Amino acid sequence: MAKNEIKYLTAIKQEKPKKKFCRFKKYGIKYVDYKDVEFLKKFINEQGKMLPKRLSGNSLKYQRKVGDAIKKARQMALLPYVTDLLK
Amino acid sequence: MNNYELMIIFTPVLSEDDFKSAQKKYTELVTENGGTIVHSNPWGLKSLAYPIQKKTTGIYWVLEYTANPDFNEKLKIQMLRDEQIMRHMITKLDKNAVEYNYVKRNGGFKITEKMEG
Repeated sequence: MAKNEIKYLTAIKQEKPKKKFCRFKKYGIKYVDYKDVEFLKKFINEQGKMLPKRLSGNSLKYQRKVGDAIKKARQMALLPYVTDLLK
Repeated sequence: MNNYELMIIFTPVLSEDDFKSAQKKYTELVTENGGTIVHSNPWGLKSLAYPIQKKTTGIYWVLEYTANPDFNEKLKIQMLRDEQIMRHMITKLDKNAVEYNYVKRNGGFKITEKMEG
């Protein structure tokens, strides 16, 4: 193989991933309201499924609160259980 | 005396004054049994995220009240018997929730604006 051409097995990660933070701790929010649909939409993907903690960056305590709020919103037909349109 | 929040979805065929009389009926039921109404917030006609009982729209009503714990059972029986109501949900509010609703009601919520950024 040519001397100068070094092939790496895995791609080098150039861009550094954005540091995730728990928005509830940072902004001091204590309660997740199940009626606040716009805010809850940040935590679900296009199919209407909940985002996991590693993607939403929430700490465990607030991820559970968000989960409960989303389930309540789904129960009261504020959020769909499953959908395919882009949110 | 705990804080509760009741959300009711009425059938969309309900006329305006029926909606008002239904509201009055439940608020009287709360006050009769020693509860107090904190805030009543009718949202009116809204489209549902998925059809309930073959209907795609419903009239939403949110009522925040304080009552003693055994009252909710009576309220539930009344609501299950009432056929104008498609769906209802009673949630218990802890102190953070009460504070959140209070701040939301008068004078906006500074955190939300900053959070949107």
